[in-house]
Amino acid sequence: MSQAFNNTQPIYLQILQRLCRQVVRGEIKAGEKLPSVREMALQCGVNPNTVQRVYAELERLEIAETRRGLGSFITEDETRLKRLREQLKNEQIERFIADMEETGFSPEEILAGVRERLLGNKGQRGD
Amino acid sequence: MSEHTVKFTNVTKKYLGRMALNNVSFDLPRGKITALVGPNGSGKSTILKLAAGLVHPTQGSVTVLGKTANRRIAGEVAYLSESDFLYPFFTVEETLKFNAGLFADFDLQKAKEILSFMDLEPDKKVKHLSKGNRGRLKIVLALSRRAPLILMDEPLSGLDPMVRDSIIKSMISHLDLQGQTVLMSTHEVAEVEPVLDLVISINEGKITCIEDVENIREQHGLSLVDWMKEALAK
Repeated sequence: MSQAFNNTQPIYLQILQRLCRQVVRGEIKAGEKLPSVREMALQCGVNPNTVQRVYAELERLEIAETRRGLGSFITEDETRLKRLREQLKNEQIERFIADMEETGFSPEEILAGVRERLLGNKGQRGD
Repeated sequence: MSEHTVKFTNVTKKYLGRMALNNVSFDLPRGKITALVGPNGSGKSTILKLAAGLVHPTQGSVTVLGKTANRRIAGEVAYLSESDFLYPFFTVEETLKFNAGLFADFDLQKAKEILSFMDLEPDKKVKHLSKGNRGRLKIVLALSRRAPLILMDEPLSGLDPMVRDSIIKSMISHLDLQGQTVLMSTHEVAEVEPVLDLVISINEGKITCIEDVENIREQHGLSLVDWMKEALAK
């Protein structure tokens, strides 16, 4: 089944983000082989040229490497993957903070809110 | 080999004095999937027929792989017409063999693969196929050719969502974009959007825009459908 894409962002970027998240979550391990361009295109329901661009971008970011005739593999360089994890974390947090500040919350309120949500009142979560 | 698969230079086409295309110029790079979009009667089918060499320009020139487009390029161009061109008395398999006889680049092995990918029964007679399955069979015929240029006129129109999905999937898995270029006209823009490289928007016989689909999202922050509305409003 092809996944749905957000209509207003380049598709290659969306696939790139999905793959990065899968790597960070550990669903795709260091050194693991990625599906071939065509397989991935079929899975996502997109043009093979788009997947080609995703893989080229992953290579440029040194998250994956292409081995001639074998396909694309996630890097075995653990420090690069740790850095990716940090990057994604920081990006998410920055976006969240920017949103909260725009809505008029102070840093103290944000901190208190997050702490309460994550640590306190576990029984009432998920309302 | 030339860089461009299809090249239109100042092409005007009139049918009995009625203007179908008005001084149109564009070229298509190799290995891309391009959609021709625009209202009914805007000139999409005319562009495809000109590229297939089935009609001649009133003025200007059309070249395919550096050669003037005429009947003789049929061996290098796979053209899927909007109308039904299948013989009803053939079975599915006979239809494949008939096409293998017509076109030297027809890959029978590949045709059988796509056939099973699409769940089509080889022994069924064409006249007993549903409209959806006839639509699928037409796609099988176009994709089984190792032609450098594949032209498809409304390959998805009038078919249910499941058939459309299987057609798009088979295009992804069976096109060889190292060597093949695709130009298709369509109204099902939202559905084909993820498989497109380029889009050409045409209105009243003139090209209003040619854009890279990912650019439309990146620079304009628009989905293709919204972009089309803007392009037409110009």
